Amino acid sequence: MGAKKKQAEMIEEISGVNPLKCMKCGKCSATCPSYNEMDIKPHQFVSYVINEDVESLVNSKSLWKCLSCFACVERCPRDVKPGKLIDAARQMVVRKREQNYLTPDEIPELLDPELPQQLLVSAFRRYRR
Amino acid sequence: MKYSYYPGCTLRTKAKELDDYARASAKALGFELEEIEDWQCCGGVYPLGTDEIANKLSCVRALNAAKEKGQELVTVCSACHHVMKRVNDDMRNVEDICTRANNYMELDEPYKGETDVLHFLEVLRDKVGFDELKKKVVNPLKGKKIGAYYGCLLLRPGKILAFDDPENPKIMEDFIRAVGAEPVIYPYRNECCGGYISLKEKDMAKSMCDKITESAEGFGADMLITACPLCMYNLNRSSVREIPVVYFTEILAEALGVKESCCKEEKEVQA
Repeated sequence: MGAKKKQAEMIEEISGVNPLKCMKCGKCSATCPSYNEMDIKPHQFVSYVINEDVESLVNSKSLWKCLSCFACVERCPRDVKPGKLIDAARQMVVRKREQNYLTPDEIPELLDPELPQQLLVSAFRRYRR
Repeated sequence: MKYSYYPGCTLRTKAKELDDYARASAKALGFELEEIEDWQCCGGVYPLGTDEIANKLSCVRALNAAKEKGQELVTVCSACHHVMKRVNDDMRNVEDICTRANNYMELDEPYKGETDVLHFLEVLRDKVGFDELKKKVVNPLKGKKIGAYYGCLLLRPGKILAFDDPENPKIMEDFIRAVGAEPVIYPYRNECCGGYISLKEKDMAKSMCDKITESAEGFGADMLITACPLCMYNLNRSSVREIPVVYFTEILAEALGVKESCCKEEKEVQA
């Protein structure tokens, strides 16, 4: 099996998503609050997995713009769950050694007196292993 | 009625008033929140990877503690409610996760999702009843126009959280009516505040919250209520913001006439 196919299968396995269910209606991207910030849009994520181009996904800045708001998951008429694909790609990055998107030494300068603990634990869980 | 209570990390610290007002209101309404012993943080976000087990265990422990007491589990924070319900759904319906989580837990009897998870607002709607709540209001918030800010974590995914209609919710509006105020329905009430993006990308969260607060003000709200400390934090950083944002438990405590007494000791200490 080629490396590209293997990577695409890994993303499907981590996410539990079957990208072939997608009927390309674009509702996920239409509803995404981060759409303007994303280089690869949620509906395109699904196509990239089908085309076995995971390399582009793991290098996409979209991974760090997704808010896990589940608007795309809720509104997909085919129950594809594009947000879970984005998370799986994010996992493929942060699970590698020293690929965390957030490190503890960055924290002090990001803090302010009102910042809730919830924000730190959430960001740590999404951005690093 | 006694419930197992899971406050969560932020209700112990930055959102102490969310917790204090919830406890005082529960007392006034005649139900008890019994805090789960040695609870651990839920992690703030639900781990989406199907192979993630270890970071769901803090929830499984809390859920099992409630099961052992034969109680339903109540949360107040939107994020805790979200993570707890989704982990519980995994334990109920995903055999692989359930088996592997129980292998870690080594319980006398495996946990299989027996506990029911309720958000505090669901307790008000489904257990107390908004009509009953209305009868116990001593200080109705007459003339106040309040916008409910739902955000994401109370509502989506609707099938799993089963909290309310995720596209057209009404539980918070019904709550606002029950405490004697007037709900303001505005288009952005279930749009995302930016969530954890505000740690590293403050401007992104700010522009999202600007849209929310502008929408609410435009439709005539003089105040927003939320159940989430992170939504509160983000909304308070909106650059166009003039509208105050308060926790829903604060207006509840106010309407029930327990607001002044419940945080008195602490306020005196701070003063």
